[in-house]
Amino acid sequence: MGKTFAQEGYNSHSTPTETSKPLSSPDQDTENQSLINDHSHNDSHSEQAHETHSEHEFKADETAFHHISDLNVYNIGPWNFPLPCILYAKDQGWSIFSSSNFDIDDHHHGSGNKAVDRYALNKGRVMRIIDSSFPMGEVSVEGFKLEEKEVEGKKKETNFVIANGQKYELEKSSTIDGGLFGGGITTFFDFSITKNVFGMILVIGLISWLFLGMARSYKRNPGSAPLGSQKLFEPIILFIQDEVAKPFIGVKYERYMPLLLSIFFFILSLNLFGQIPFFGGANVTGNLAVTLVLAVIVFIVVNLNGNKHYWEHILWMPGIPAWVKTLITPIEILGIFIKPVTLTLRLFANIIAGHIVIIIFISLIFIFGKAGAEPGAAYGASVASVLLALFISSIELLVAFIQAYVFTLLTASYIGAAIEEHHHTEADHH
Amino acid sequence: MSLLYIVSWVEFSPIKPEVGLLFWSTVVFAIFWLIIGKLAFKPIIRALNDRSNTIQDSLDAAKIAKEEMKNLRSENDRIMAEAREEKMRIIKEAKDAANLIVSDAKDRAKEEAQRITINAKNEIENAKMAALVDVKNQLGAMATDIAEKIIRKNLSNDTSHQEYVKKLVDEVKMN
Repeated sequence: MGKTFAQEGYNSHSTPTETSKPLSSPDQDTENQSLINDHSHNDSHSEQAHETHSEHEFKADETAFHHISDLNVYNIGPWNFPLPCILYAKDQGWSIFSSSNFDIDDHHHGSGNKAVDRYALNKGRVMRIIDSSFPMGEVSVEGFKLEEKEVEGKKKETNFVIANGQKYELEKSSTIDGGLFGGGITTFFDFSITKNVFGMILVIGLISWLFLGMARSYKRNPGSAPLGSQKLFEPIILFIQDEVAKPFIGVKYERYMPLLLSIFFFILSLNLFGQIPFFGGANVTGNLAVTLVLAVIVFIVVNLNGNKHYWEHILWMPGIPAWVKTLITPIEILGIFIKPVTLTLRLFANIIAGHIVIIIFISLIFIFGKAGAEPGAAYGASVASVLLALFISSIELLVAFIQAYVFTLLTASYIGAAIEEHHHTEADHH
Repeated sequence: MSLLYIVSWVEFSPIKPEVGLLFWSTVVFAIFWLIIGKLAFKPIIRALNDRSNTIQDSLDAAKIAKEEMKNLRSENDRIMAEAREEKMRIIKEAKDAANLIVSDAKDRAKEEAQRITINAKNEIENAKMAALVDVKNQLGAMATDIAEKIIRKNLSNDTSHQEYVKKLVDEVKMN
């Protein structure tokens, strides 16, 4: 596969005149170089940088999507810190190594200068080279490119890696959206400690340590006035207990308090962590996978705890005519599944929207400044962007709390509905 | 459809639930929920509830104590009022008793005075009688003296008279 694409040339995306050019070493070919999205290890071309800059138009959407994506490197400012890669492919088993083995290029969004065991790091993401003729072990990579490829009559953007003067198709890791959002099960699975996983472990580890310390200090001096972190968290815990758990769940609220508090603090701490600028901006709660996991756990807890009345109301709503029941039942069954979907999407959309808006506002500087061509406009735009970004950031702080609260509240209300004792049904039977 | 177009146009990975992230999210959240929930949240909630119960109990106890205090104070007031009444009563009684004693004493003094007066009167009477007797005697003696002198002049030689006088004197002496 890789060979056939290599024969077409790796600049087929551009004008037909350019496609006829011979496949020479990209290091000597400026035209070709500009087409390779992430040209790397190419410092000899720094003098021509402004030339290539004008051709590399700044794309705010790409910048935004790159920053909110999960990566196999942790980037703080211009630095890329390696993370462990845990990869599984059916035909080659497990590959576990540090992403530093990819020889991460600090200048281009963390692409790797090397491919390892048929894996390559493209803009911070591990992708797999499909071609089985590609050698195992470390292979030097000349660049990456994105071009359209015809798949089953549909044009699809496909990533390619250029190595040994040839073009090899890359494949992204498996996702479970079933092709709905452009993903799907591929030949490999990425179980790496990615930026999001690392951020999650860091933050959850930190707050776990905090809460364990709090629990210890409650045990050590019971009944005393709150001290230290207790002062900060106690009102929040009491708020969840008194304003969320008690009114929505009722007398059995204490059983569900660990779940509600876990959900609340998990979401809140990760929302706030994502707000820290220049700290990688790990967009954990703005990732569908994370919100989906939370929603599925809530779904399982709600339906496992659902009592007789809950299922009766879903499957055969009492007190209404039979023909209406036949209409209501499918809607109710659909409702069971719509609830976790709305939970997933609400949190995901709110958090990711905040991240995108802030990045777009910051991007205004580069859009107006035409990526360094017009510094005056950039200075002017920076004033407005900083103010706008500051404003949105403040709102996002509020959103961080509100979304954590809303998710917890809805969880409590779903649990409450599932375990509620319905007394009016007895009256109906009379 | 526009969303799907954007998604396929540029890399938009957060909307694609990746297997690895799903796995790690599940692991991290499950640990947080099941372990930290059990080791931290449960004891914290228990401690908070225990403390709020303690505070409620203390408040209730304080309320009860206040109520008791109030009762105690009213009891005290009642006792004080009673004591005051008692005092008044005692004072009144004492006054009455004093009055009684005084009037009694007065009566007795009057009686005594009367008795003394009567005694005095009697004595005066007696003394008067004695004086009168004395005067009578004196007068008798003087009369006798005078009479003697007169008689002596007349009876100095008359033995019969002398004898008679002697006899009279004897009679007086015998008395």
